[in-house]
Amino acid sequence: MKWATHTISLSNRDGQFYCNEQQSLLHGLESQRIKAVQAGCRGGGCGVCKIRVLNGEFFSKKMSKKHVSADELNQGMGLSCRIFPRSDMVIEALD
Amino acid sequence: MKKGVMRPGHIQIRVLDMDIALSHYCDLLGLIEVDRDEEGRVYLKCWTEVDKFSVVLRETDEAGMDFTGYKVIDESTLEALENELNQKGYPTTEIPVGELNGCGRRVRFKAPTGHSFELFATKEQPGKWGISPRNPEAWPRGLKGMRPTRFDHCLLYGDDLEGNLSLFIDILGFDLAEQVVDPEGNKAAIFLTCSSKAHDVAFIKHDEKDKFHHASFWLENWQDVLRAADLISMTDTPIDIGPTRHGLTHGQTIYFFDPSGNRNEVFCGGDYHYPDHPTVTWDADELGKAIFYHDRELNERFLTVLT
Ligand code: FES
Ligand SMILES: [Fe+2]
Repeated sequence: MKWATHTISLSNRDGQFYCNEQQSLLHGLESQRIKAVQAGCRGGGCGVCKIRVLNGEFFSKKMSKKHVSADELNQGMGLSCRIFPRSDMVIEALD
Repeated sequence: MKKGVMRPGHIQIRVLDMDIALSHYCDLLGLIEVDRDEEGRVYLKCWTEVDKFSVVLRETDEAGMDFTGYKVIDESTLEALENELNQKGYPTTEIPVGELNGCGRRVRFKAPTGHSFELFATKEQPGKWGISPRNPEAWPRGLKGMRPTRFDHCLLYGDDLEGNLSLFIDILGFDLAEQVVDPEGNKAAIFLTCSSKAHDVAFIKHDEKDKFHHASFWLENWQDVLRAADLISMTDTPIDIGPTRHGLTHGQTIYFFDPSGNRNEVFCGGDYHYPDHPTVTWDADELGKAIFYHDRELNERFLTVLT
């Protein structure tokens, strides 16, 4: 079975990458060797892979509240290891 | 000097999703589920452990460690240590009998690094899993995953290592088996033992309090570490590093992550420590080799990825 692939643009970095619906944004970034985000635990626990979503639909798995509060969630913050695209997206790398 | 603290008894780990966590801890790591409670916590153990459980998983909305507990030799030792802790400025809280299924009363206190520790003397003792205490066979059939034999230690990150050193040595009777020291003589890491193992708990210096680096489980040999690495790949489990060897303690190891981002270790081998042994010292400028003996270089994750 083939999963839909989406184009993800980085608002504050050159370039874009492709990510299918089964891949986390972090996985997509890494598979195309884009070093915009640090990879850590890949499980939503450590917070090092944090990004901001500016645009686009996504599915999100559970993330540690310690690293993304309810407020931050409303502002589009999220952990890229837990976010799976459902449309083309625009994201911002934080650092 | 030994004060009657025998061994690591349990660790309660926070997970984001219990079902997903259980498939990691039971099917991959190979712990055995032994009980559940009304709060939804799940109790696990390794097969050689005689006590009822050693790992408790609690589902909540952040990862990390709630507390870790050490077993002391008897109830009068527990009482003596409880008194001493309170006298010396470590106020304790009593956790009543049965708050954890099958566990006696626990004495909880905060270490200077902010971590919650417990002492207890009594826990139900159903014996080794799948093995009779009389004419025991070598190992039980039906073990899963990496087949670890025991919960061995945890590594915790926090700020006040000097404070922890005096708590663990002066009050709890641990020895400093190994340490990392910077040129000014400040401790960057302390590995403490209450047995003849290389470490029963370890701390690494870090700005924040109460951070969890890993919970570690014992395997018999290097072939088992390699097999664990194969299982990690087969299941696409996030890996941190390994298989490799630590310089500190010389254990042969692999680090990986549970589905909530908590780090796990399985390891074998390594050094031992007796009370008359001098502390082994690594210099901070050799930290890369001290942590990862072959790469001789720290990966960024080792110092920054914590829960
Ligand atoms: S890598 Fe740890 S939260 Fe994403
Ligand atoms: Fe360890």
